[in-house]
Amino acid sequence: MPTFWLVVLLLALSAAGFYLGRSRALRTAGGDARDLHSLPSYYGYHVALAAFVPAIAVLAVWLLAQPLIIENRVSNLIPAEAVPENTTIGLVMSDVRRVAEGLDLAVEQGLLTRREARDAAGGQDLRALMGEVGVALGSDVRPEVLSAAQSYRNLSHTGKTAMTVVVALLALGGFVWAYGRTHKDFRARNVVERGVLALLILAASLAALTTVGIVLSMLFETKNFFGLHSWTDFFFGSTWAPNFRGGSDLSILPLLWGTLYISFIALLVAVPVGLFAAIYLSEYASGTVRSFAKPLLEILAGIPTIVYGLFALLTVGPALANLFAKGGLLGVEWMAGATSVLTAGLVMGVMLIPFVSSLSDDIINAVPQALRDGSLGLGATKSETVRQVVMPAALPGIVGAVLLAASRAIGETMIVVMGAGAIAKFSANPLESMTTITTRIVSQLTGDTDFASPETLVAFALGLTLFVLTLGLNVLALYIVRKYREQYE
Amino acid sequence: MNDMTLMDNTVDTQNIKIAAKDVNVFYGDTHAIKDVNVEIEDNTVTAFIGPSGCGKSTFLRCLNRMNDTIGTCKVTGDILLDGEDIYDKRVDPVQLRAKVGMVFQKPNPFPKSIYDNVAYGPRIHGLARNKAELDEIVEKSLRRGAIWDEVKDRLDAPGTGLSGGQQQRLCIARAVATEPEVLLMDEPCSALDPIATAQVEELIDELRASYSVVIVTHSMQQAARVSQKTAFFHLGNLVEFGPTGQIFTNPEDPRTESYITGRIG
Repeated sequence: MPTFWLVVLLLALSAAGFYLGRSRALRTAGGDARDLHSLPSYYGYHVALAAFVPAIAVLAVWLLAQPLIIENRVSNLIPAEAVPENTTIGLVMSDVRRVAEGLDLAVEQGLLTRREARDAAGGQDLRALMGEVGVALGSDVRPEVLSAAQSYRNLSHTGKTAMTVVVALLALGGFVWAYGRTHKDFRARNVVERGVLALLILAASLAALTTVGIVLSMLFETKNFFGLHSWTDFFFGSTWAPNFRGGSDLSILPLLWGTLYISFIALLVAVPVGLFAAIYLSEYASGTVRSFAKPLLEILAGIPTIVYGLFALLTVGPALANLFAKGGLLGVEWMAGATSVLTAGLVMGVMLIPFVSSLSDDIINAVPQALRDGSLGLGATKSETVRQVVMPAALPGIVGAVLLAASRAIGETMIVVMGAGAIAKFSANPLESMTTITTRIVSQLTGDTDFASPETLVAFALGLTLFVLTLGLNVLALYIVRKYREQYE
Repeated sequence: MNDMTLMDNTVDTQNIKIAAKDVNVFYGDTHAIKDVNVEIEDNTVTAFIGPSGCGKSTFLRCLNRMNDTIGTCKVTGDILLDGEDIYDKRVDPVQLRAKVGMVFQKPNPFPKSIYDNVAYGPRIHGLARNKAELDEIVEKSLRRGAIWDEVKDRLDAPGTGLSGGQQQRLCIARAVATEPEVLLMDEPCSALDPIATAQVEELIDELRASYSVVIVTHSMQQAARVSQKTAFFHLGNLVEFGPTGQIFTNPEDPRTESYITGRIG
């Protein structure tokens, strides 16, 4: 039975469980819902959950585990000499899977009977048959592959049948057990409450586990990278010159310099503008102005970064080139093309303005009105009050906001891909092209690359370094923000 | 608590410091203060009493134009400080607030050192020519706030680290540092414990020598203890205004009597 129908069956069973459980509870109470411990629907949910949850959990685990187990067992069947040179067991296994899949399809479409499929011999006609059902094979089916495919089919078939049986039994068992427990004194409401709790915990731990998983996968690939490339060159070298023929210089420092330089310029734009905008909005603006200006600022935050990238590439870059490049308005020749640190930094600064302003706005609003009153009551003007009372009180929070903005700037990709250029170098001139860690990750991983070379794996080392960097900034920012929150509670 | 010692409170001088004529205040459509006429004397503690929402705080905030910071608030009528209309266009509300100091309900020291809290006003208004003068102003103000002895050894400590009563006296010191002529106090003791309250009340009585003090309070005992004149507000009207002793012992208006005996409010 296909998994889809199994799930439908489970749903139907739990829906039936809901109605049956509810009516049984009502019956035990003699039809008077007030005699029940819980509302009638809770008894229904209890039976439905008992039928559905364990079964679907087992189903999910089974679906994940079965291919791994079968793969493992089948690959043991393939003799080492059956693996041609310069390929891996993985490639042979993918052939096995495709042959098995092709046989299944052929049976489904009536081209083969079950018996024929089980006894099929290799050779030309099998490859043609596979082609007919839409499974393209690179070469004729070799006997080892075919026999492996056969046992693959057998194992999957057995596994699937076992799975269906186990899941169906589990669902029925849960149903019967819960239905039997349904009685007017049974505390169904508390059971459902625990179910809700479990669901929430599951959601929270999924998010946390994903983070752990991402970090671990990066860690493993990074370890592979450092097995192929010296870590001293990566961290302390001075040139970035990847060469897919080997012998590359892969140092993070020029990229880090570009990243930090561009982020610095972006913050130089975003922090003053964002902060002043926040001060205006929270301290000076009337209700009407605020109700217009705040959503407008937030729209800025909703623009996809690729659009900012276009803006950098097509508007800001050429405009800067018009000023600073050869034949430009200033008559200087400081800029070679449209891409530069300044282009990317300015555009990224614009992107960060709403980020800084909305965070700072919240923080400024959290400063108690009593402090403002105190200052105004002493005869201070509004700007004196903002400068000398509100800002010092809000400063830790604003520092936190700036750090969060900085970690966004460091991790930003699209704008720098399109606006900053691709040359890795140390230079203090903001009008030169430079490149960042994120840009290099993109270029090392896209395209037709060998996944075992240091030139590709360096992307993971770069990514991990970036992750550690932004994580550190975020932790610091959150620490500062939290410390500040405690002051006024 | 002390017994009411009303009869000891005597009115020393009769100089009118603030005169309010036909004052009306509107918050949007709400008519918060209705035709209030009151004359506040110099070197006197004047108490505003009345049930919550009766407009006494609103009226107090009119006296230093703190209501200007609320967009929807509109004030009509005349409020004269030493004979000059404070709502005249030529009057700068910022300067006015230096002359009419204010102490708030909750102690609100700035998140700065004790010294900087007190020096805040003098610095803004340029009252000190040099550091020595500023030190002198700070010390004088803290002495007037009756808190000098407690904080003189830790002027660099943050003002927010003091106890509630100390914070409120610090705020009073901060308010007197700008050399105001009038001190407005909006329920200055409502967030304080009885001991701190007694200290602040004692201080208010001392401040009477140099300033005209207006205090809004919910506590009738407090009004009786510290004030020489009392104004009773009810539903935005000034019901009765007179010497404190008379208001508490022999009120003219039945509403005043009901309030001070606890029947309304």
